[in-house]
Amino acid sequence: MRIGVFICHCGSNIGGTVDCGKVVEIARDYPDVVYADDPMYTCAEPGQAAIEAAVKEHNLDGVVVASCTPRMHEPTFRRTVERAGLNPYMFEMANIREHVSWIGKDKEANTNKAAELVLMAVEKLRYNSPLLPKKFDVTKKVLVIGGGVAGIQAALDCAEGGVPVVMVEREATIGGKMAKLDKTFPTVDCSACILGPKMVDVAQHEKITLHAYSEVVDISGYVGNFTVKIRKKTPYVDWSKCTGCGACTEKCPSRNTPDAFNEFTGKTTAITIAFPQAIPKKAVINAPYCRKLQSGKCGICAKICPTGAVNYEMKDEIITETVGSIVAATGYDLMDWTVYEEYGGGKYPDVITALQFERLLSASGPTGGHILRPSDGKEPRSIVFIQCVGSRDKSVGRPYCSSFCCMYTAKQAVLAKDHLPDSQSYVFYMDIRAAGKLYDEFTRRAMEEYGSQYIRGRVSAIYPDGEGSYIVMGADTLMGEPIEIRADMVVLAVGIEASAGAPQLAEKLRISYDHYGFFMESHVKLKPVETNTAGVFLAGACQGPKDIPASVAQGSAAAAKVLDLFAKDKLESNPQIAHVDIVRCVDCGKCIRCCPFGAIEEVSIRGTNKAQVIETVCQGCGVCVATCPQGAIQLSHSTDNQILAEVNAICQS
Amino acid sequence: MTNAISLDRVRDPAFTRIVQERSGQDITTCYQCGNCTAGCPAGFVYDRQVNQIMRGIQLGLKDQVLSSNSIWFCLSCSMCTLRCPNEIDVAAVMETLRHMAREEGHVTVPRVEKFWFSFLDTVRAFGRSYEIGTMALYMLRSLRLTTDLDLAPTALKRHKLPFLPHIAHHQGAQAACRIFERYRKRAKAKGVRP
Amino acid sequence: MKIAYYPGCSQEGSALDYGKSTGAVCAALGIRLDEIPGWNCCGSSPAHSVDSELSGALCVRNLDLAAREKADVVTTPCPSCLSNLRMAWHRMRNDAYRDSVNGLLDEPAAGELPEAISVMQLIGRLRDAEELATYVKKPLTGLRIAAYYGCLMSRPAKIMDFGDPENPTLMESLLAACGAEMVDFPLKTVCCGAAFGIPERPLTAKNSGRILELATKMGVDAIAVACPLCQMNLDLRQKQAAKAEDAHFEMPILYFTQLMGLAFNIAPEHLGLDQLCVSARSIVQRIDANAPNGGGA
Repeated sequence: MRIGVFICHCGSNIGGTVDCGKVVEIARDYPDVVYADDPMYTCAEPGQAAIEAAVKEHNLDGVVVASCTPRMHEPTFRRTVERAGLNPYMFEMANIREHVSWIGKDKEANTNKAAELVLMAVEKLRYNSPLLPKKFDVTKKVLVIGGGVAGIQAALDCAEGGVPVVMVEREATIGGKMAKLDKTFPTVDCSACILGPKMVDVAQHEKITLHAYSEVVDISGYVGNFTVKIRKKTPYVDWSKCTGCGACTEKCPSRNTPDAFNEFTGKTTAITIAFPQAIPKKAVINAPYCRKLQSGKCGICAKICPTGAVNYEMKDEIITETVGSIVAATGYDLMDWTVYEEYGGGKYPDVITALQFERLLSASGPTGGHILRPSDGKEPRSIVFIQCVGSRDKSVGRPYCSSFCCMYTAKQAVLAKDHLPDSQSYVFYMDIRAAGKLYDEFTRRAMEEYGSQYIRGRVSAIYPDGEGSYIVMGADTLMGEPIEIRADMVVLAVGIEASAGAPQLAEKLRISYDHYGFFMESHVKLKPVETNTAGVFLAGACQGPKDIPASVAQGSAAAAKVLDLFAKDKLESNPQIAHVDIVRCVDCGKCIRCCPFGAIEEVSIRGTNKAQVIETVCQGCGVCVATCPQGAIQLSHSTDNQILAEVNAICQS
Repeated sequence: MTNAISLDRVRDPAFTRIVQERSGQDITTCYQCGNCTAGCPAGFVYDRQVNQIMRGIQLGLKDQVLSSNSIWFCLSCSMCTLRCPNEIDVAAVMETLRHMAREEGHVTVPRVEKFWFSFLDTVRAFGRSYEIGTMALYMLRSLRLTTDLDLAPTALKRHKLPFLPHIAHHQGAQAACRIFERYRKRAKAKGVRP
Repeated sequence: MKIAYYPGCSQEGSALDYGKSTGAVCAALGIRLDEIPGWNCCGSSPAHSVDSELSGALCVRNLDLAAREKADVVTTPCPSCLSNLRMAWHRMRNDAYRDSVNGLLDEPAAGELPEAISVMQLIGRLRDAEELATYVKKPLTGLRIAAYYGCLMSRPAKIMDFGDPENPTLMESLLAACGAEMVDFPLKTVCCGAAFGIPERPLTAKNSGRILELATKMGVDAIAVACPLCQMNLDLRQKQAAKAEDAHFEMPILYFTQLMGLAFNIAPEHLGLDQLCVSARSIVQRIDANAPNGGGA
């Protein structure tokens, strides 16, 4: 074998603490090495050209680059050696930056360690063999999980790009959190007016199939060919017959049903349509509150329904869809703010969440768009807004910033003044985070034009003053004084968390999630919508707190990734996968059980059952290799011989 | 020439470090939310609010922190500790500052320290505290001879102020006294007023 | 279970009534308290403000005496004593602190020191609500009571281990078992101003005033307390507080043990009710009126 070695300086990143020239000298004596050099920037165009030239000039059949982490540049250099005429797997990378130069200052020790890592790469490369990917078909259809604004944007962009879309929404209507908002910052335009048309487009687009009131229960398969099981929860109403006329909701006698859409600020009926612009506009029975379903007595809705759509016998249904790609857009939930007992923990009726305040502002809300106190229905004159309730607070396990509360609080202060010109609002804040376009100007308007009194400090406690109002005990750290305000209403900017069930969905999708349940992108900066599972993309707040513009942008970005994926007629599988030696396999089945991807099946080969790897499903994780008691499974590109060669190189050098 | 604090010259990083070590609290995590101040029942008599004290420690402004009246008016009620989102035991920091201030000879509100000594003197003498004794010693020490005179008639009528001290029996008084003597010896060796 | 009783200095002085009522209630409930022989003052706030090892030594001597009496637990009615005893008990796990404290004592503390708990916790642990109800002869029915714990009983939470530090409810459950209507008192753990009534009167007057003002607005009949200093600030200093708030208060401030004692039909003089500055006569009358046979002990 003829191997070429390239020791990258990475400017001073490596060259500053590793004697690259010395490593070159040492590497020249390694077995099969016929060429070695130390370029300044190997990944730059001249660096790559030098590799290509060396391959040709020195008739190399394998290349080692010692530089940075393979996460970024292994694909780069594989393409380089491929351009030079080699198989891309006749290439090895040694990480002498993250593993050497960035972590140690002793130049001599670093140089020795770098040389050893290069030796390991060379020894492994000597056992490499060319690998070829398989091609397979793609199902050009996408599943969008979540019908909030991010999911809606992703679905519409995919559909407009010609890709059929299956949208699954947990609630009875799409629209997500945005549908609950009255107005949106920084333009103060009506949320329903700008979201409504998009919701209608989803309903009407011929390429979009909407499963509302449904949940994903299982996902199997792989990029290009996922099989998804969806539970269509029973609404006890045959939606093919329901016209959304609302006659049932008018006559339903169970009028004390908690109204989830209105954030429990009001009551609704047991059979209900969430709001006037709901998509689909179909009735759903909230079973625990339905007299007919609970006690068998009632049945008024069935009698009143002009199309006979109500069906108390209806059951959940499981359907299966096959798609080539998945966009997760499951959004967020509010954290459980009742842990703040110092704010009453939920026992004071006029201490409400900002989302509840939105429902009070909204014309379709329980007060018809009037700001009225839940306790006595009176207009508040003094309203205190408290930011960072469950954000940036380690003591409740929420150390992160929820990112958009500063802006909606400013908006709500503006709207409060619009609705109640005689009212005074106070905003307790720690920092004002208004970095978006026109955002800072907006928060300034809240203060300058709308007279909102901003107070820099947190609130220690809220308690009833015994006369129907509340005492808010805060601080103004700029004045350096404790501050008390008598408030008629207190609005909490409650921090956000990953939506309920996010970690469980992540496990079905086989994507990573962080400590808080937010889905992990593939690269924080450069792959913000990709995940570590091919074909699964992210949109919106499921990946982290995001406002509407950012969610919409990410929805479009995810759609672009789907269209990019589907632009190819066939996909190539990664050839670094497991292979079963059928002579050694005793069909014990352990590999089948341990495979996290369901990539091993039992097949009959000449009358004997054997394990067999499904090449397009295998992700090359190696769990089966370690599990097989017979040593019958080898992982291409990480065979026992290759790993032993590396171990020997480091142990015997 | 300005009156600004010349931070690079005045800063005392050792002060920050010592406060952290002695209180066992990581004060770098304080992000100045002000929740300690918001809940502090004594803030209205402080010359610097609790969050400003915490800021002073972060900046290493030893003199400003140790000469503040706030550390003497702190009620040790720990509301600040309970409410701190960064889980700093703020009350423990305030206590550490009181100890450090006394060691440095900084006692900005001497009458508070005088009250403590008056109380502890009765414990040293009898093994148990003695209210009239505490009051008398405090009035003498502070020269505030009319302290709580308005309460005396009611207090006496309601038997709130027994004339005679209760002395810890079974040699308790003597044992307590010996604790004080050993403490005094130790404090004097460290150069702190016991 | 052997229970060592640490009364605390106040219960022999300004809070004789707390001491009396604690003893009477525990006796009525059949809970035997053995006073620690030769106990000394815990040093209260002045000791720990001056030096934490001085405070530790004063406390550890008492815990050690209890240990030598083979007590399983130490109990005290006073939150300040409790706070100091528990703080010392926790800190003694630190080798350097233990060595230093032992150096101030006549002889080093014996190995295992008993834990200190409040009398309130002791009663709550030994008698559940159902059992307590069987001792009630004159229920506190119709009395609206605010439970006020003060700051020390539940804080710092890690040291005191008194349940939810934001919202302790033990006193409510004991008095509710005696028939009282307990209001949800938001300021139940906000400091009353502690011992600053002497060196800095406004500090105590303002804070006590705020508590009295809210209780008055909430229309409670009495505030139940568990701390001698809180009782003094809210009762003896009630006029000072009223002046600071520019208000008038007439709020009886009773120890929770006094209220329990009344419910158990213990004579007021055995509960030290005559020591209250703001009279509790109306309370006693209403309880008597409630009694099944029209009152009378």
